[in-house]
Amino acid sequence: MTAKTATQNACKLCNPLGACLAFRGIEKCVPFLHGSQGCATYIRRYLISHYKEPIDIASSNFNEETAVFGGSHNLKLGLKNVSQQYKPEVIGIATTCLSETIGDDVPMILKEYEAIMGGEGQLPAMVFASTPSYSGTHIDGFHAAVRSTVKTFATEGPKRNLANLFPGMVSPADIRYLKEIMNAFGMPFVLLPDYSQTLDGGPWAEYHRIPPGGTPVRAIESTGSASASIEFGSTLEAGKSAAGWLEERFGVPRIHLPLPVGIKASDRFFEALEQLTEKPMPELYEDERRRLVDAYADGHKYVFGRRAILYGEEDLVISMAAFLHEIGVVPVLCASGGKSGLMKKRLQELVPDLDGLGIKVREGVDFVDIEHEADGLQPDLLIGNSKGFAMSKRHDLPLIRIGFPIHDRFGGQRLHHLGYRGTQELFDRIVNTVIEQRQKASPIGYTYM
Amino acid sequence: MDTHNIALLEGREGQVYEKRQDGPEVEIACDKTSLSGSVSQRACVFCGSRVVLYPVADAIHIVHGPIGCAAYTWDIRGAVSSGPELHRLSFSTDLQEMDVIYGGEKKLYRSLVELIDQYEPKAAFIYSTCIIGLIGDDIEAVCRKVAKEKGIPVMPVHSEGFKGTKKDGYKAACNALMKLVGTGSTEGISKYSINILGEFNLAGEAWIIREYYEKMGVQVVATMTGDGRIDDIRRSHGATLNVVQCSGSMTTLAKEMEEKYGIPYIRVSYFGFEDMSKSLYDVAALFPDRPEIMDKAKEIVRDEIRKYYPEMQQFKAALTGRKAAIYVGGAFKTFSLIKALRTVGMSVVLAGSQTGNKDDYRRLKEMCDEGTVIVDDSNPVELSKFVLEKEADLLIGGVKERPIAFKLGVGFCDHNHERKIPLAGFVGMYNFAKEVYESVMSPVWQFAPRKGGLK
Repeated sequence: MTAKTATQNACKLCNPLGACLAFRGIEKCVPFLHGSQGCATYIRRYLISHYKEPIDIASSNFNEETAVFGGSHNLKLGLKNVSQQYKPEVIGIATTCLSETIGDDVPMILKEYEAIMGGEGQLPAMVFASTPSYSGTHIDGFHAAVRSTVKTFATEGPKRNLANLFPGMVSPADIRYLKEIMNAFGMPFVLLPDYSQTLDGGPWAEYHRIPPGGTPVRAIESTGSASASIEFGSTLEAGKSAAGWLEERFGVPRIHLPLPVGIKASDRFFEALEQLTEKPMPELYEDERRRLVDAYADGHKYVFGRRAILYGEEDLVISMAAFLHEIGVVPVLCASGGKSGLMKKRLQELVPDLDGLGIKVREGVDFVDIEHEADGLQPDLLIGNSKGFAMSKRHDLPLIRIGFPIHDRFGGQRLHHLGYRGTQELFDRIVNTVIEQRQKASPIGYTYM
Repeated sequence: MDTHNIALLEGREGQVYEKRQDGPEVEIACDKTSLSGSVSQRACVFCGSRVVLYPVADAIHIVHGPIGCAAYTWDIRGAVSSGPELHRLSFSTDLQEMDVIYGGEKKLYRSLVELIDQYEPKAAFIYSTCIIGLIGDDIEAVCRKVAKEKGIPVMPVHSEGFKGTKKDGYKAACNALMKLVGTGSTEGISKYSINILGEFNLAGEAWIIREYYEKMGVQVVATMTGDGRIDDIRRSHGATLNVVQCSGSMTTLAKEMEEKYGIPYIRVSYFGFEDMSKSLYDVAALFPDRPEIMDKAKEIVRDEIRKYYPEMQQFKAALTGRKAAIYVGGAFKTFSLIKALRTVGMSVVLAGSQTGNKDDYRRLKEMCDEGTVIVDDSNPVELSKFVLEKEADLLIGGVKERPIAFKLGVGFCDHNHERKIPLAGFVGMYNFAKEVYESVMSPVWQFAPRKGGLK
């Protein structure tokens, strides 16, 4: 009998984690959790294990009194202390289940704080995201933080030659690659959030209270006058997204795309850039694409007909499934702890013969459900984050690690997933995994492919 | 490097002390809740309970609340088991908005019944998280009901994150264990017997310690909680002595067992040759009517130290004069680490803990060298400041301290719950010295900016 009510080995994290991560991508910003000390500490530990960088998250450190009489005093004291010790330009405040349940009106507390402190020189800007851990997942917290950052800073202005790029929760290496692409197209852009340096930076010659890097506030202000926003994430609805808000408020058109994984999805991203910039794709990326098409040909036999189980955040799973489909791998099970209600629909738009191929799509599941669903599917590969390792070990299935968290391998922050370059990396890893399996299983032990 | 501009937070001055011959005689402030807005390295009440009970391998551990608390504590400790591994699974009632509004008791009940049916555990621990205290779920009643229906102990652990500090979590865990103690048969327990408390079997450390005691002819009834089993805990009141490591977490249980069952306890540490040897001698000394126990203890110490001494001398030759900073959970561990580091020629320039008490810090002050900084409940900014100012070559801490060391070009030794190599016992001291040597002596630091960066 399998227990149904409890969540066992969750395939999701809580809302505030995503907000902290997104706030890390704003220049001179300190994330601040309004709740118990443990929330900040656990989330720090979890993020550090993946990014291998110092990640300071302040906490208003609730005690019993705070829970009874409200968090106003603690929040104000906390903001004062964190301002003194970190000298931030921005404080990114997110709630937790505790402060949400007692019903703290954080925007009002922040207004009071500004009124009290207003006289004492420049206050840091404060961004607030509501992220109760009892609803949604870390992805919702991530998008809530990005949206509220834009809402806090964006100003209206005459439209100019400027593109906004909201990539969602991607790796620092992916962010660096996206910036390189934007630069190659020669169009001014704002990418938010940019934690490519704050969460994957160099050694420190001196002590930094806040690591260098991140999207500057001035740049975020200008997002209101951009000529368009490109936003990744198939299940991300306009009503919950930064680009959606900019479109509604300032008429900045929202170009909504799936995460560009695979040739087809990457083509859509590059086409959007070509249209926006009225420039052809730079030769560098034409080359990358040509090499990728060539690699698909060289490797196709190893992967054709292989069966993969995919799990993780809904948007990553959807884009990965479309990519696998275009190389002949069948994503027999596409699973996520997220529950947008849109996963199957969005996936069907990219892989129309979903049902015909017998592909199962499961939202709101945990790892025990995934293992249960996998029964009888005869998978060859597992593709997802480190948390699938126990399952991979039990079923002797190779695990190809992507996304977040990667806690049991080195270099998760430097993995590429997006565009032709990211797809090339993923394709090479998948092909090599299959070859390695065959080599291991072969009594001859071929030293060639 | 310029660090003098890094100021301490207002309200934290009393928790930072620099040992000076001519300095004022002050008591280090501790046992305080963390300051709002500081980035404390501490966690919460829930964390305290979770770390103590986590290694009990034949029970299910259900976190009652939204998903985060369970997700972040899923399979995160190297507390290994020789048999069942239920502790490596993560169970949560994963409360949703409607549960918060209407209460989570029914969901908890259903979760418990289903999980017990699926896994057939020996017991269940139910951890309440922050919002359980607010929405008023009567988890005691649910636990009683399920225990009756399923015929196994179901223990509530009152670990609402905000209701105190990590230490209160330790107490809540000890209370839950105390409900089990005394419910099993003590048949077959020798007069020469102990329980090992506060040893969590990280990387198999409890097995190493257990083997030493068993070689001495001492029976180990229960290890709490490393490689822990419910049935052992239930009969642990039959032991003659409680041997307590990690005293911050387990002294509560030892005291309660002393009060209720008259079992005396001693405090020990298994880190470093000196303290490890003492742990064996102290136990042997309490069984004077059987002198062969002491003889055997001496033999173990002699053999083990002889085995590792030559290589230890090599590490010492390389490490002499190097400086270390220590920031760990409990203060008792810092005492051992200071001694262990001296064994390999290293001095300690910073020593601190998340949860030390007044006695701990008094003792720490006595032990430390002139100029050593002592901190309680520190944070990344302070730790970085002192690591740089004192020119440490090594930082000893846990996952959250590791990136601070590496960013600043300083070696690091993980002495927290993620370690995968045993650091306890004689072999553990050897492993520790080797790890310190490998990190401090690595050639990669030549590229670190603080060493010139070669550019």
